[in-house]
Amino acid sequence: MTAQLALDDAGLRRLLHGLPPVDQVGADARAAKLGTRSIKTTAKARALDLAVRMVDLTTLEGADTPGKVRALCAKGAHPEPDQPDCPSVAAICVYGDMVGTAKEALAGTGVKVAAVATAFPSGRAPLAVKLADTAAAVEAGADEIDMVIDRGAFLAGRYAAVADEIAAVKAACQTGGHDAHLKVILETGELATYDNVMRASWLAMLSGADFIKTSTGKVSPAATLPVTLLMLEAVRDFRAQTGRQVGVKPAGGIRTAKDAIKYLVTVNETAGPDWLDPDWFRFGASSLLNDLLLQRRKLATGVYSGPDYVTVD
Amino acid sequence: MFEYAPAPESRSVVDLKPSYGLFIDGEFTEGSGGAFKSVNPATEEVLAEVAMADAADVDRAVAAARRAYDQVWSKMPGAERAKYIFRIARIIQERARELAVLESLDNGKPIRESRDVDIPLAAAHFFYYAGWADKLGYANLGPNPQPLGVAGQVIPWNFPLLMLAWKVAPALACGNTVVLKPAETTPLTALLFAEICQQADLPPGVVNIVTGAGATGAAVVSHPGVDKVAFTGSTEVGRMIAKQVAGTSKKVTLELGGKAANLVFDDAPLEQAIEGIVDGIFFNQGHVCCAGSRLLVQESVAEEVVDRLRERMKTLRVGDPLDKNTDIGAINSAEQLARIRTLTEAGEAEGAKRWSPPCELPERGFFFAPTIFTGVSQAHRIAREEIFGPVLSVLTFRTPAEAVEKANNTAYGLSAGVWTDKGSRILWLAQRMRAGVVWANTFNRFDPTSPFGGYKESGYGREGGRHGLEAYLDV
Repeated sequence: MTAQLALDDAGLRRLLHGLPPVDQVGADARAAKLGTRSIKTTAKARALDLAVRMVDLTTLEGADTPGKVRALCAKGAHPEPDQPDCPSVAAICVYGDMVGTAKEALAGTGVKVAAVATAFPSGRAPLAVKLADTAAAVEAGADEIDMVIDRGAFLAGRYAAVADEIAAVKAACQTGGHDAHLKVILETGELATYDNVMRASWLAMLSGADFIKTSTGKVSPAATLPVTLLMLEAVRDFRAQTGRQVGVKPAGGIRTAKDAIKYLVTVNETAGPDWLDPDWFRFGASSLLNDLLLQRRKLATGVYSGPDYVTVD
Repeated sequence: MFEYAPAPESRSVVDLKPSYGLFIDGEFTEGSGGAFKSVNPATEEVLAEVAMADAADVDRAVAAARRAYDQVWSKMPGAERAKYIFRIARIIQERARELAVLESLDNGKPIRESRDVDIPLAAAHFFYYAGWADKLGYANLGPNPQPLGVAGQVIPWNFPLLMLAWKVAPALACGNTVVLKPAETTPLTALLFAEICQQADLPPGVVNIVTGAGATGAAVVSHPGVDKVAFTGSTEVGRMIAKQVAGTSKKVTLELGGKAANLVFDDAPLEQAIEGIVDGIFFNQGHVCCAGSRLLVQESVAEEVVDRLRERMKTLRVGDPLDKNTDIGAINSAEQLARIRTLTEAGEAEGAKRWSPPCELPERGFFFAPTIFTGVSQAHRIAREEIFGPVLSVLTFRTPAEAVEKANNTAYGLSAGVWTDKGSRILWLAQRMRAGVVWANTFNRFDPTSPFGGYKESGYGREGGRHGLEAYLDV
């Protein structure tokens, strides 16, 4: 994409810095206001199920074992074993070496396997290593690749380096007849300003991202509602200008159904209903699913059960 | 599409009485001028009958206020007065939900605004002025400022409780007593406020509330026992009041109409500017004297701004004010709805292009869809007259100088907004705008510490902040 644009750092800077600026106070206020929508009864039931379908159920621990990943896969495919109307999650998100295990455990369920790659979470490795990391995950059967951008290069203004790397990883996702979806993690907590979030979003989309994702979950702050709002504005405007639709994935720190519903409202009123689908919006989360399930039961039965009524993983 | 199920706030927190009397000398009493009905503008149902105060009732109220002033309130140390005002502020917070529901019922404004804006701000005004009550000598208004006496206050229907707070809080803090007349279409929260005064053990006569229409207001304003007149409302009535009090010793503040310009430059934070435009004109159904009713956009981004604004307006939800997801509630009265219709028809007749998002309006009640007019020129009536409804006129400019010239080319001067990323331009513009408030990269923000008031036909005097004390003190 950047090859087509043929833009160097200066050219990209002009393009990205030519985007409308973001007023932080105003963006925060807008997000807070969207958070006051009151979603009740039928709308809530629909939102809870939609949120379940959008979850990328995640385990990204150094201590992950095949047993742990298989348990998570079982949970993702059938979150409520006794309630067949409960949908599956969108994907199970794991480290690259666990892709094979997850793929096998999820065979026939329709749940996708997402793998973090490119020296996640820091991204500090030579490009060749990042590409090998990506290729290995794709070869093992990953349907989706979550890559991190080089924040150091971005903050230094080396936009072309960031763009080229995204384009190269995108190409690696498509090697050997594979076509893994590429989610590009901006790590917005390290980008520091809202203007940077907007610029990084556009840079990722121009470089071929299928999804833009807020965070690795390893840096604080991770996903916030205002940052997600800005990214939703970016994908909406990008589609209006280029015709290409890109998805958004907030990740890290979204733990409650109440929070998830605020995100859905923000999707609905910012990018629009076209994005209210697991193909275009995801939650990267590990503990959100259980709260969604508890709220789902509460809505169905009128009473709260308790944490022992949903599985721990 | 993600349809939000109805999320109505419960009415049961409000204990509506079938009829209400006047609040004079700490007691609810009968009025001798008959009664009128207060109507829910969203359903046209009658909420309650309210006593109409005639000249004799006003006379009683002023006499009670005078007694309370002479015998109790003006003699009380400021720190003691502060305790009462703090107590009122806290009770407003405690009864916030009740006040919010009642305000939405009586006024038609969405519950999310009465809940999140009106009531919290009203409490904040009492808290803020309570803090001043024992520090008047340090307000830089002179070494020993003294209260004026009895304040006669007349307030409008757009922010019933908030305007009461703007008037009553500084008056009491400065040691004055008050006779207040709420608007005839929205008297109910003022009467609940009277209950709050009782609950706070406020000495009888310090606050008196007389309900009624224009004649009652005129009786308050022209009463010889009133030392200070404070009015918020239309410029037309403001002119009458100014004439009435001319030649008397009464001090006056008037806060009147507006036709504010909201300037959007091509380097503005566009997405936030769109929100600011929406807040500027659709907040409180546009029933805001400082509403940003004239949008002036730099030509180079005009098309983009209007396109984005249209998309945003499609997400505005019009309907039941008590639904927590409603963005735009009911127009306050049939009369106001008729005025909005007349002016929008004039806009079309003069050749401006009208647009509203597709939205279904409730069959009963007074509703008006959010509307924008493009292709508006300075010569159009909709660019000159205050519509006081959810109707925006879009104009364009090419240079900063032209923006200033057009923004100031109005009989009013209450507020203005400027949207630009350039700090230097904000300062340059703020110096040149003939408006009491200039908001930068925001709109319709209120705070008790910030003075508010107008230039030209928007009135004189300031309310709020340290400046607001001066209107209630002999300095």
